[in-house]
Amino acid sequence: MSPPLPPPAAGSKGSMASTSEGSQEMASIGGTYGVEALREAGAVLRMSETEAATADPSTGDTTIINMGPQHPSTHGVLRLMLELEGETILRTKPVIGYLHTGMEKTGETLTYLQGQTNTTRMDYAAPIFNETVFCAAAEDLMGIELPPRAIWIRMLLCELNRITSHFLFLATNGLDLGSTSMMIYGWREREEGIRLLELITGLRMNHNFIRVGGSAADLPDGWRERLETYLDSLPERLAEYEVLMDKQPIWRGRLQGVGVLTTDEALALGASGPVLRSTGYAWDLRRDQPYLAYDDVDFDVIVGSYGDAFDRYAIRLNEIRESMKILRQCIDKMPPGDYRIQDKKVTPPPRQRIDESMEALIHHFKLFTEGFKVPAGEGYVAVESPRGELGCYLVSDATSKPYRLHIRGPSFANLQVLPHLLHGGTMADAVASISSVDPIMGEVDR
Amino acid sequence: MSETHRAGDPGASSPDPTDPVAPDAHIHGIPVVEVRGQDVAFPDRSELVDLVRKLRADGYIQCLTVTGVDYLASPQTGLPPTIRPERFEVVVILVSHLARRRMRLRVQVPEHDPVVPTLYEVHPGTEAAEREVFDMFGIRFDGHPDLTRILMPEDWEGHPLRKDFGVGQVPVQFKDAPNR
Repeated sequence: MSPPLPPPAAGSKGSMASTSEGSQEMASIGGTYGVEALREAGAVLRMSETEAATADPSTGDTTIINMGPQHPSTHGVLRLMLELEGETILRTKPVIGYLHTGMEKTGETLTYLQGQTNTTRMDYAAPIFNETVFCAAAEDLMGIELPPRAIWIRMLLCELNRITSHFLFLATNGLDLGSTSMMIYGWREREEGIRLLELITGLRMNHNFIRVGGSAADLPDGWRERLETYLDSLPERLAEYEVLMDKQPIWRGRLQGVGVLTTDEALALGASGPVLRSTGYAWDLRRDQPYLAYDDVDFDVIVGSYGDAFDRYAIRLNEIRESMKILRQCIDKMPPGDYRIQDKKVTPPPRQRIDESMEALIHHFKLFTEGFKVPAGEGYVAVESPRGELGCYLVSDATSKPYRLHIRGPSFANLQVLPHLLHGGTMADAVASISSVDPIMGEVDR
Repeated sequence: MSETHRAGDPGASSPDPTDPVAPDAHIHGIPVVEVRGQDVAFPDRSELVDLVRKLRADGYIQCLTVTGVDYLASPQTGLPPTIRPERFEVVVILVSHLARRRMRLRVQVPEHDPVVPTLYEVHPGTEAAEREVFDMFGIRFDGHPDLTRILMPEDWEGHPLRKDFGVGQVPVQFKDAPNR
């Protein structure tokens, strides 16, 4: 093992990385850790239903109220128990599980060929990432190396999906804060992106397109032109958003300084993605632990400076621009060749071969009845989803089904910062804070 | 080690995956095995919090997730010879942003006493993840501030991700309702 120990980091100023823009320093890690990093350890309401019901309203000045699970700003079925003093929020308890359907248990009953149909439904706003991480975990155990075109197809779909996911955020964030025109615009642009995903994968959502060993099909004819038309249409519209949102005093007033988070808090609570980057901490797996072909493309990691709701909004808006940059490079650099590995024990033969080759028929039959086996072992693989680190912990017992499938959903961890974002704010700001975390409940509850 | 050998094991010439693996290094006295580019450490339950605290000082400043595995139906793989396999395993995944590396801690938890000390004091973000492991596997976390069910209903019986909790054991409502 080399190196045997990680470099001693405590006390040091941070790593210096030389770039074309001079040396850049990662945020200091010399701060406080653990519970002591939390500004208010009492921000989390730890009270059961029974206790809340039997609390005597006549004593004390606080009120406990329920927000959700069917509140429009909770993005699905999130429920918050809020302790209020007047209109100020003291403690919060996020109550989750309303969308729990046992997907990790279901994952143990599906073969590696069927598994993506399950994982793709977890983060339904970014399904491509869930398929990619599941396949990457299986490929990691099998030691599969993908052909270049398969890697670039995945990267193209991931970035396209990141754009649609961020447009979904812009739309819902606008809706939550009363900017209904933003909702319509965000939905419009997302729909165009989704049509493009439909052109490539055949489905608008829950694609089941990324498979172990590559993808289900090659890119269709005309994908370049369609993608270019889409990318050409976006800069003008993003500029429109900036006029509509950034330059609008009401929008800034609703978001700036609301739901402020510090880097120490974000790290202590396990936050990742735009929530962590909004605090000025540049950690993006695409750059820092490059997977797929992110090494070969040029893009910037967007960070905020105040850690407030406005930063989280602005990061996502600008990440759309970075994803567009990556997509342009995908158009230019898409390598020719196979879109999946040519291992007939893993990827099914082309339909035509089945008519002429007995072996192809056998392979096809075996793959779709029994599935392929993955060597015993366990592994963890992560990708940068639009919400943060999406990880897959996979345990295999050398059969064709995962022995244990755990998905580390970024929203699940990001939700834990909510009590700290809401603490001391007002009810009206709560909506802005929840929205800025952009939780997808399908991934939280799984 | 278990004597179980599965039929159709791919690559018959490869060594048995359940064989003990010699540790590559020791970190704070805990054996570490490198598995496909990631470090996997095997602390004892009593050593867990101390190790995580020391690793935090080494730069592993974020805990990504805590999860569990029930090895009731399959033998464990990749354990060093000094580690005795138990039914449950708690898996903690840490990341060092500076070294750009992840470290996985695999903690053996016996069936008769499924208790692990909580990491809440070191990484408060483990609170929800530990509740999920408690909910799904029935592993208790000693010292956790609010160890209650998180995904399943409060009055649920059993722990769904255990291997002896069958799929489809839930009675179906309105099953006997007349057909239209």
